[in-house]
Amino acid sequence: MAGKGIHIEGLSKRYGEGDTAVLALKDVNMHVAPGEVVGLIGPSGSGKSTLLKCLGAVIDPTAGRMVLGDEVIFDGGWKVRDLRALRRDKIGFVFQAPYLIPFLDVTDNVALLPMLAGMPNDEARTRALELLTALDVQHRAKAMPSQLSGGEQQRVAIARGLVNRPPVILADEPTAPLDSVRAMAVIRILNDMAQRFQTAVIVVTHDEKIIPTFKRIYHIRDGITHEEVGEGRRFD
Amino acid sequence: MISLAGRDILHAWGKFIFTGVGLGLLIGVTLTMAGVYRGMVDDGKVLLDNSGADLWVVQKDTLGPYAESSSIPDDLWRSIRTMPGVAEAVNVTYLTMQVVKGSKDVRAMVVGITAGEAGTPGWPPQLVAGRQITRSHYEAVADIATGFQLGDVLKIRRNHYTVVGLTRRMVSSSGDPMVFIPLKDAQEAQFLKDNDAILMQRRRTEANPAFNRPGVPGLLDAVIASQTSNSSVNAVLVRIQPEFSQKEVAEPIRRWKRLTVYDRAQMESILVGKLIATSAKQIGMFLVILALVSAAIVAFIIYTLTMDKIREIAVLKLIGTRNRTIAWMILQQALVLGVIGFVVGKISATFAAPLFPKYVLLTPADSVLGFFAVLAICVLSSIVAIRMALKVDPAEAIGG
Repeated sequence: MAGKGIHIEGLSKRYGEGDTAVLALKDVNMHVAPGEVVGLIGPSGSGKSTLLKCLGAVIDPTAGRMVLGDEVIFDGGWKVRDLRALRRDKIGFVFQAPYLIPFLDVTDNVALLPMLAGMPNDEARTRALELLTALDVQHRAKAMPSQLSGGEQQRVAIARGLVNRPPVILADEPTAPLDSVRAMAVIRILNDMAQRFQTAVIVVTHDEKIIPTFKRIYHIRDGITHEEVGEGRRFD
Repeated sequence: MISLAGRDILHAWGKFIFTGVGLGLLIGVTLTMAGVYRGMVDDGKVLLDNSGADLWVVQKDTLGPYAESSSIPDDLWRSIRTMPGVAEAVNVTYLTMQVVKGSKDVRAMVVGITAGEAGTPGWPPQLVAGRQITRSHYEAVADIATGFQLGDVLKIRRNHYTVVGLTRRMVSSSGDPMVFIPLKDAQEAQFLKDNDAILMQRRRTEANPAFNRPGVPGLLDAVIASQTSNSSVNAVLVRIQPEFSQKEVAEPIRRWKRLTVYDRAQMESILVGKLIATSAKQIGMFLVILALVSAAIVAFIIYTLTMDKIREIAVLKLIGTRNRTIAWMILQQALVLGVIGFVVGKISATFAAPLFPKYVLLTPADSVLGFFAVLAICVLSSIVAIRMALKVDPAEAIGG
């Protein structure tokens, strides 16, 4: 099934060749609908990061098919010529650490992506401020990243991931450095934003506190995914 | 699109300013070294300009009078004066020595000038104070770089000279300021011995039966007189008549007087090409070393600044920033560092130049060339950092 969101069929990734080859992903199937937040959990070395890198178009899958929105982006090979533009326009990233650009203020950290896509600076900053307002950090719009708390930094990072209205957001352990209250706040924000912008969100996590909040969870072990229905608890 | 380099520089302005100042001092030294070379060339040209000569007649097969010693009879100028095309021919001597004033001494080139007036070849063309030499003995005109004042009394060998005039930018090819004295005094100064040496010479001569013959009265006195006087000069400076070319006048003097004659171009090539050639090579080597050191410093600083941002660069690449945007950011920072360095270097060289003992000539052309050289060095130096940044895998931004 294709449609909106992200759809993955038979995705594999092999590192190396011959006797030293390692199959990091084996026939992974996954679907995340627009507005849905799913968890991707698994032990270290299970293939989470490899899957995230394949979904993020930073490494090449060995086989399989990926559909992003209505566009087939991978089918045995990349179907998109400019992967950089694909990452910029169609995929939002939220990292374990916020990795904000230290020499840009909060607004420009968020506005940078649309600027890179060619949007005029004023328009990009207006869009960034809208998102910062939605995430309740508009009062820090002119602050530098070093002046923000951890939670504020992570909200700015989420705003950056959303600013180009991508159909999918890949969140790599976004709550790892946060306490449980802030971690829950981040998950709530991700859910709100996913609903608001109809974005499919995949959250890679080890965080036991937030796992019960997912309605669907993909477990990954030895490169193989298993889907499970989550508890879908309220965030508060 | 915002300027990523500009924002980064503003964010870390202290680092850029201090690094730029450090680099600037190095560039200042480089510009000053170039200025020292230009100053040496200019000193040579000024020496030739101020001599007022079109031709230099010197001892055969020598590079005199500036690059080698040259000795020719002091009556030769009369016959040269009669050669076709010669407007003026005057004797001149040059001797670099320590000139003493009171308890201090100054290294100077003592120039012996023939009687004449301002405009005569060999004479200082203009004075900044006082008057030209009007007496045939014991007056001097000194360059202000000697530090002498009007009325000062100088000691050259055993004689004392009163400074009656001051001139400016009258220097030898090695930058020593000139002191002009009458020709006869200068000839004596070149060969005048101390009293003990004269006494010993006389005794030797008296003891020599060839010079002290009982039957030839007056011979000994004549020999001694010839031993204590000097009838040589270093060169004859020739000014030619306007309707003659230098070659037309020089060739007959070479052929008939058996002397070596240099025109202006030849003398300039001797001064620049031979006399200061070794110094020029030395300075050239310094310039190359300084350029390499500057390049290494810029490369190291830009590399370090880039290393500090490696995670941010990975994020920028992951979120879709083009390689050329990242390369341009690094290149701009290197160029800004170079511009700061050049501005600081140019200012420091300009203020430091007058403090150097030798003439430092900072030419606009050298500054322009230096500016573009600095930019080129910065571009080359940023290549390593750019290569490293472009090699950063965007996947590094994703954990695991």
